[in-house]
Amino acid sequence: MTSDAEPGFASGARAGLPVVLGYLSIGFAAGVVQRASGLSVAEVMLMSLVLYAGSAQFVAASMIAAASPPLAVIATVLFVNLRHLLLSAALAPFFSRVPAWKNALIGAQLTDETFVIALNRLQGGGQGGSPAWMAGLNLSAYASWAAANLAGALAGGLVAHTRALGFDFALPAMFAALLVLQFAEQSSGLRALAVTLAASALSVGIALALPGNWNIIIATVAGASLGAALELWTSAPTSS
Amino acid sequence: MDIRADVLLIVLGAALVTVVPRVVPLVLLARIDLPRWLKVWLGYVPVAVLGALLAGELFLAGGRLVPLSSNAALAAILPAIAVAARYRSIIGAVAAGVAAMAVLRALAG
Repeated sequence: MTSDAEPGFASGARAGLPVVLGYLSIGFAAGVVQRASGLSVAEVMLMSLVLYAGSAQFVAASMIAAASPPLAVIATVLFVNLRHLLLSAALAPFFSRVPAWKNALIGAQLTDETFVIALNRLQGGGQGGSPAWMAGLNLSAYASWAAANLAGALAGGLVAHTRALGFDFALPAMFAALLVLQFAEQSSGLRALAVTLAASALSVGIALALPGNWNIIIATVAGASLGAALELWTSAPTSS
Repeated sequence: MDIRADVLLIVLGAALVTVVPRVVPLVLLARIDLPRWLKVWLGYVPVAVLGALLAGELFLAGGRLVPLSSNAALAAILPAIAVAARYRSIIGAVAAGVAAMAVLRALAG
């Protein structure tokens, strides 16, 4: 019997339950929307399984419907998903003892939601990241996304019903919960609050002012820079 | 089932430009010891990205600002935050938020 010192696949899959619930509802809506914008069921599944990125799939589907040139769609998706650079970089220090090919597989299925679940676990544990645990988290999220996209693509116009039940609110609620839990990991609650408020205001302001999907990446870079500047300037540089 | 050639091209290209930013930092940065300022900076990425994502979900709909007077999401997020702060439970917070939103929509509708 192995001890539970090395968290395994099943443990990771259980940790992914909030993501699964969120993906089942938002993935269903995504399937409906992609189908409504003119994609066939097979094309929806191609997007879901190969691209596997919620907001990028929405964007790509609407641009394909508007007959945008393929290069324009691909460039837009690049910008929408560029924020993954930051998430992947933030996970990297926890996986320094993991072979590069396993890190590549872990990163290939990285999403906003799996990132915050993984980081919540890694910050609490003190040990390095476990590839098996990450595989459990990633594959449960991936499978639920694909299943929900398929169900949405097949079902068509039932989305109003899930809306009435409030399931589309699962992802915002999860973001809020993870944000609350993140505060416990921060060295200063006040700095974390400043970063949260700055990133929130910038995210909304930039979304209203600039076309495209620049708001998340700009707000994240600015917010993290504010937090780092506050910490580095206010703490004595004893442990450089 | 039909897959159009240009859709296949778009999906493959989009998948490529998506997977590279997901994979490259994890593969490269895991091998090197990052400077302190960069580790400090990366430590603020989760809070910043969550704040940015959450604010977008709460205040924007279809690229427009949701008026504060009719913003149900802003009210429904409060029980989710309360449950997360009190019980440290993500799934409990999601359940509270979804239930609050369902009640608000039932009252409004």
